[in-house]
Order: sequence, then structure tokens, then C-alpha cells
Amino acid sequence: MDFYSISSNLLYTAFVIYFIATIFFGATIRSKEESGKSSRAAAVGITLTIIGFIAQLGYFIFRWIAAGHAPVSNLFEFTTFFGMMLVFAFIIIYFLYKLNILGLFALPVAMIIIGYASMFPQELSPLIPALKTHWLYIHVTTAGLGEAILAVSFAAGLIYLIKKVDQSKLNLKTFSLEFVLYMIFATLGFILVTLTFNAMDYEVAFEYRENGEETTTEYHLPAIVAPYDSTMITEDRFGPLFETPAWMEGKEAGRKLNTFIWSLLGGLVLHAFTMLLLRKRVAKALQPLLNKVNLDIVDEIMYRSVAIGFPVFTLGALIFAAIWAQVAWNRFWGWDPKEVWALVTWFFYAAFLHLRLSRGWHGEKSAWLAVIGFAIIMFNLIAVNLVLFGLHSYA
Amino acid sequence: MNKIKCECGHVNPEGTVLCEACGKPVEKNQHIDGNEKNKLLNMRYDGSARRSQTYNKTIVDKTWNFFSSVKVGVWLIVLALVASAIGTIFPQEMYIPRSVDPSQYYRDEYGIFGQLYYELGFHNLYGSWWYILLIALIGVSLVICSIDRVVPLHRALKNQRPKRHEVFIQRQRLFGKTEKVSKDDIKTFIEQLRKKNYKISEDQGHVLAEKNRFSRWGPYVNHIGLIIILIGAILRFFPFMYVDEFVFVREGETKVIPGTNQQYYIENKDFILELYDPEEEEKFAEAIVQEGGMVPKNFQTNAVIYQVKGEVVPGAEPELEKMKEGEIRVNEPLKFNGYALYQSQYQLNEFKSMSFKLHPADNPDDAIGTFTFDMTDPKKEYDLGNGYRVVVDQYFPELKLENGVPSSESNYPRNPAFIFFVYGPDIEERETSFLAIGANIDPGEDNRYKLSLDGVEMRDVTGLAVQKDRTLPIFAAGAIIFMIGVVQGMYWQHRRIWIHPKEQGVWIAAHTNKNWHGLKRDIKSALDQTSINPPEDQQELS
Ligand code: HEM
Repeated sequence: MDFYSISSNLLYTAFVIYFIATIFFGATIRSKEESGKSSRAAAVGITLTIIGFIAQLGYFIFRWIAAGHAPVSNLFEFTTFFGMMLVFAFIIIYFLYKLNILGLFALPVAMIIIGYASMFPQELSPLIPALKTHWLYIHVTTAGLGEAILAVSFAAGLIYLIKKVDQSKLNLKTFSLEFVLYMIFATLGFILVTLTFNAMDYEVAFEYRENGEETTTEYHLPAIVAPYDSTMITEDRFGPLFETPAWMEGKEAGRKLNTFIWSLLGGLVLHAFTMLLLRKRVAKALQPLLNKVNLDIVDEIMYRSVAIGFPVFTLGALIFAAIWAQVAWNRFWGWDPKEVWALVTWFFYAAFLHLRLSRGWHGEKSAWLAVIGFAIIMFNLIAVNLVLFGLHSYA
Repeated sequence: MNKIKCECGHVNPEGTVLCEACGKPVEKNQHIDGNEKNKLLNMRYDGSARRSQTYNKTIVDKTWNFFSSVKVGVWLIVLALVASAIGTIFPQEMYIPRSVDPSQYYRDEYGIFGQLYYELGFHNLYGSWWYILLIALIGVSLVICSIDRVVPLHRALKNQRPKRHEVFIQRQRLFGKTEKVSKDDIKTFIEQLRKKNYKISEDQGHVLAEKNRFSRWGPYVNHIGLIIILIGAILRFFPFMYVDEFVFVREGETKVIPGTNQQYYIENKDFILELYDPEEEEKFAEAIVQEGGMVPKNFQTNAVIYQVKGEVVPGAEPELEKMKEGEIRVNEPLKFNGYALYQSQYQLNEFKSMSFKLHPADNPDDAIGTFTFDMTDPKKEYDLGNGYRVVVDQYFPELKLENGVPSSESNYPRNPAFIFFVYGPDIEERETSFLAIGANIDPGEDNRYKLSLDGVEMRDVTGLAVQKDRTLPIFAAGAIIFMIGVVQGMYWQHRRIWIHPKEQGVWIAAHTNKNWHGLKRDIKSALDQTSINPPEDQQELS
């Protein structure tokens, strides 16, 4: 077996192990012991998590050997790395607080992120000149780690909200919380839809002009929305129902919008189906599972992970990024959309920390902020690449 | 100033919330930190007097109070956040093609919203006066709020007395009573704390165990770092600190380097572009093919830098002295005397010169004369001998045809076209010829003579960024100080434990500025061998 296949297999293994670890963390809910104390299920859960993490580390190292450069240079690689760092951050926080329920939320989020990443092209790709510097690896890995630690506060925030928000009536709060869960379903929807149509080898091609050049693009999902001003060149295919608006400029905007719509629809179906099975909102169904959770600890984890993640994020996403930009483009700051969104993230968590200085922003309010912060991180990780365009466009 | 004397005898400055010495709440000032409504004391700066909470009469007071408010600070940060995000909705002006008019570009590309974006000035958002003002206000707020608090913090940390008032002890978040306790248990407790690196001070049996006090200075250190960064940003407006220019140099050309006071010249000896070869880099083959086979591997300019010898005389041809020769690649600038040249853009195959020959329209082999149009040194007229001459009526370096009307896209000879007038002894008035690469245009009515392209010379153009940046060390210093500050404030916490003896028993109270879990763990494990009750958390969120 070559390094590349070893690496891919290790990633697959890690994923499966995380899955089993999650089940063990799930089992801790039923145990009589109070959260915070270790139980046997929890011990197995965390051990498996560590083994899974080591397997994924193996994926990373072998892929590095195979490519000859650190595998953080395209969307698949970076997003996978982010998932790995999320597991790492979870392990650290777990040993600080021993909160089992955190595993039940953090690991699935990490798995969904890794699953999401795997939907992007996975071939090894060469580095363009601007990426050929060690600062790239240093910047991307540190930024990824920082974002992952910050993301732990999202997992904690979610636990806090599911337990705290009063589910007896439908209002803005319950709706927003359910919407957050829906976004997770939409990511799942994206994965399932992509896998399904890939298995069917579905293809439909369009011809259109991009930057004045005749281009064709291939969709691997049925076309709900076609590229702007395009013609379908595959016969006998479904759709398209409408066209991408002209102002969506990015590379292959049509295909990305189509995928996005499919994900939202897929998520809608999954979410609706789940609610039908549970006969109530998902958050409401989850609430009783969190009966034993001590909100003070959860609040503290939420804050602590921001406190730990903020310096790492600053170092990686701003300072190392600036050094890299200085080395590569002779300007350490260029107001590129990706840079700006790193700044937005930084401002956001700075605001979070300052708000925490006053009592009133502890607890629920700060849990909502943790959720918003994660949304900003994911926006920067994914949407900026797909929607806005700039120097960093990996995809 | 109205000093406040506490029952313990200590004299506190006006505005004090908790007595600096014993911690007893100062009755009339409890509203300042909102203590009257709460069971727990607000321990911010241990209740020391803060200027912003004490005076509010003059305009100076009011400005000071405005900027020292964290609420205002957070609002400024949130505004900056939102503004920054808006700037990414459409590309900023610097990222749109150079050749187009921004006022049209935004409307054409993004419709009515694009036009609005442009008219509101969002196309140049980060350089707009209001964005800069916003950042400057954050700076002002940082300075004022730090000064406002660093004074009370200093006072609070200076006055760390072990003996505290009962009320102070009882109203801490972590507080516990033990009715009966042995002296040995207290000793063990203290010893354990000492082992955990707590510093112990004692006063009449009252003990204060304290650790990581330095972490309280973290925010101030990081704010100083931020202020230094902002100062660096201001200095960029001065040319002696910062130069950022750009120059295109053609192969074989020697050009003055902009931004260097005419002191330095550069010669472009050769420009090289290498692509990844899918045959050679097999492992990347698939990805290369996906990119259409054009994945660049290296851009490089082989350059020579010259320095002007002696004084620079305006108008006179300078005498150049070779100073340095080197290769410029992406990520590998060529540096000289504080300046750096970076590989930034390129243009392949620009026209250097074009040769034409004049011949009878029906016989291309019978040349009457030839001439060469040199793009770097264009002439108005070319003499072909024997009374024939060609006058350049119009020259379009980069031809653009709109409704059949020619114009030029830019001044760079990427797609040259000409309108020539041909004069000769046997030509009545003159004959007009239109010549362009690729565009096959009818030579016109019934010209007797025709001009044909005889040969071309091409060359590459390299685009280099010229930089001098003396502000870099300032930014670097600011960034390092910021990092030291945040790490100091975030990765360590100031923990304090008060041991308050009672007749038979003991009261224990504890405070930390963050990470209560860690503090509880410290106390719990230090009390492990004793019969003292661990203090309870008096705050419950749920
Ligand atoms: C983008 C700008 C800013 C950044 C990145 C920043 C960063 C920080 C950080 C990391 C902390 C430590 C927080 C903690 O320990 O939880 C802090 C504390 C603080 N900041 Fe800022 N800050 C900024 C702007 C401001 C502004 C404008 C104000 C003015 C109102 C301000 C006032 C404070 C105060 C009062 C503290 C608490 C100090 C203490 O606990 O002794 N900050 N800041």
C-alpha cells in the first residue's frame, strides 16, 4: 500500500472510532453517577477518542509524506484538519473538566465536519508559488487549532441552551435553537445527498461564459439552479428550475449555489423526519437527557475555551497570517475577505470577553454568543471560500 | 476630596466601594458596583475608587467616563466588526480590474446594490474617514479605559491585607464555615497551599494565600500592545516610514525604481515562468489536469539593481553603478538598502517591436521598403527611401473595437493596431492602411500599395512591488506585547484564599478573576487531609 492509501484508510478508521466513542459518551447519560465523576463508559469513551485522534494524526502524517507538503492546502485538507483539532481541543478540555456530556456534542460536530470535508476533491494537489513557505503551515495549523478551541465553546453553549431554554412554548428562542440544530441537519443533508448522487454517477453539464471565456461545468447533483446565462448540454436531465443571479460571481457560483440549495432541502427533510419520529422539536427531545448537567460547569467551559482559544486564534489567524502575507505578498495586511473575516472573528470574541466582565452576560446570553461565534468561524471556513472571492480561495 | 474613614481606621479616597484595608463595604457607595442588590460583592478592582465612577461634573469628566465605559468599548468593537464585514460583500476597489471605471464596474457587475455600495463609499471602506475614525475611537477608548482602571488595580493589589472584615469574607462567591477546627488542620491547609505555589501572608492569625497576581496586569499589557499597533498604523501615513510602489519592467529595459528619490534603477534581464509538468510530477497529475494543465510552479525575474553615482541632477542622464544582481521570486524578494522588490505580476509576450514592409497591393514579394515600429520608442513618421514614407496616424497599444470604432484598452502593447498614412511619389494624396494582429480589416477602397507585417519581437514584462517599511518593527513589537498580555491574562488566574479564624472554628473565603473550577480544585485538594469544610459556591446560574 502506498502512503496515500494508508493515509486515507487511517482517516476512515479515525472516523469510525469517533463514532464508537460517541456511543460510549452517550451511555454515560444513563449511568447513576453525577457528571464530573468518571464512569467506566466515560473512560472507554475518552480512550477511544484518543485512539481515534492518533489514527487521524497518522492520516495527517502519511498524507504529508505522500504530498511532500503539509496537508492543509485545500478545502478538504484544511477542513479535515479543523475536525482533528476540534477533537484535540475536546480532549484537553475533557481532562480539565471531566464533563462527559461534552463528548456527546463535541465528537459528533467533529465527525460532521470531517464528513463534510470528505465531500470535496481529495486528490493531492500541488502548491502554487504563494503557498510555498513554512509560514503557510504554521499559520493554517495554528489558526485551525485556535478556531477548534473556540468551537468547543459552541458545543458547551449548545448544551447550555438545550438544557436552559424553556421548551414549553414556541417562541424566538426555541425557534432559534431549533434553527441551529437544523443547520447541523443541513450539513448532514449535504453529505447524504452528495454521497447518494455520487453513487449513482449522476452528471449534468452546462456551458456558459466565465470571465469572457467559454466554460463548461459539471454538476454531480440534479440541477435546481443553472449557472447564469448557461445552456444545459447533457440531454434528458432534470431541471434546471431557475438560474443563478448575475451578481454571484465566484468561480463555479452556479454549481455551488445548487449544492447549497440541495443541502438546505436535504436538511429540511432529515429534520422534519426526525421531528416526526420524536413527535417534538429536536431540542425539546434532547432536553431530558441533560437533566443531570450542572450549568455552572458548562458556563465555565464555554468561557474557558474562549479564554484558551482566543490567544491561539490571535497568534495563528492574525499574527502568523500577517507574517505569511508579508513574506508572500510583501504586505502583512491586505483587506482580503478571508483576512477581514478573521478580523471579524477576532473582534467578536474580544467583544465576548469584554461582555463577560459584566455579570449579566454570563450564562444564557453568553451561550448564544458562543453559538454566533461558531457561525462566524464556519462562515469564514466555508462560505468565504465559496461565496466571496479572494486570494485564499482554496476551492 | 472627601476622604472616607473606615471603622478599621484606614482612610480611603473618595469613590471607594470596599475599604482598601479590611474590605468592609463603604455604605454610601454600594450603588457604584451594584452591590446593594446582590448577596455577593462585586470584586472588580476590589472596590477601589475609579475616576470614571467618582466624578461626573465637567465635560472632561463626561468624556472620560464615556470612553472608559466597557459598554462603549464593546459597542465600538461591534461597530468595527459590522463595518469590516460589510466591506466584504462586494470586492474592494483594489481588487477590481484596474482598467475599468469603478463607478461603472459596481453598477454593471452587481446592479442596483452595487451602485449603492459604490455611492456610499463602501468600495473603499477600509480607507474611508469614518472607518479610520472608528478604529481611532477604539484606540482612544483603550487608552482612557486602561488608565481609568490601572490606578485602582494598582491600589487594590498593593493593599492585600490578610485580615478582612467579616462582611467581606461572607460575601465572597466561595465561602465556607467550619465550627470546630484544630490548629493542625489549619496548618496543614496552609502548608498544602504553599506547596501549590500560593504565597502566604499572615496577620494576627488571619491568613491570605495568593497566587499569580501578575496575571491581573495581562489586559493592560495587551492593551498597550494594541496601542503600539495603532501607532504603527498611523506612522504608515509618513513616507519616510513607509513606501509602497509598483513598477512594470520589460525584458531588457532599465527603469528608475519609484519611491526611491530617483536613487535606484532596475534592469530586467529575463522573466521566467515555469509550469508544473504533469509528466514529471505524477502524483499531482490529476489535479493539474483539472486546472486545465496550467498550474504555475515558479515566477522569476532576473534583475540587476543600479545606484546613481553622485548627485541626482534633474533632467540629466544619470550615471549608474551596478550594485546588486539577483533573482526575484514569489516569497523571495530582492533586498537592498532597506528596500525590497517583490515579484507581484507579470505579462507574457508583450510586443517589443513590429516590422512592416510596403509593397504593391498585387505583389507581396516586391518590397519597396521596410520599417520597424519600436513600442518603446515610437516615431511619428518612417522614411522608406525613394520618396516613400509612412506616417503613423494612430497607434492603439491594446486594440478594442466597439461598434467598429477602434480604441485602446490600455497603454500596454498587448494587442497593437495602427492606422498608417502612406505617401509616395506615385500616390496622389495618401493611402490609408489599418493594421492589427488577427483583425482582418479591409485595406480600403483601391489602394495601390499595401503594408504587411514582416516580423515581430516579443518580450515579457515583470511587475514588481517596491517596498520600504520601517513600521514593521513597531507592528512586530505591538503584536508580541499583545500576545504576552493575553497569555498572561488568560493562562494564569489571580487566586486568593482568605483564612479567617473564629473562636473555635474557621471561615474560608476565596476569589479568582476567572477559572473558578481550578480554584475549587486547589482548595479541595489542599483540604483533603483536614476536617475543614470546603467552601461552597454561593453563586448558582441555573
Ligand atoms: C479590539 C480591541 C480590544 C481587544 C482585543 C481587547 C482585549 C482584551 C482582553 C483579551 C482582555 C482580557 C479579558 C479577560 O481577561 O477576560 C481585556 C480586558 C479588558 N479590556 Fe480590552 N480589548 C480591546 C478593547 C478594549 C476597549 C476599547 C476597552 C475600553 C472600554 C477595553 C477595556 C477592557 C477592560 C476594562 C478590561 C478588563 C481589565 C481587567 O480585568 O482588569 N478593551 N481586553
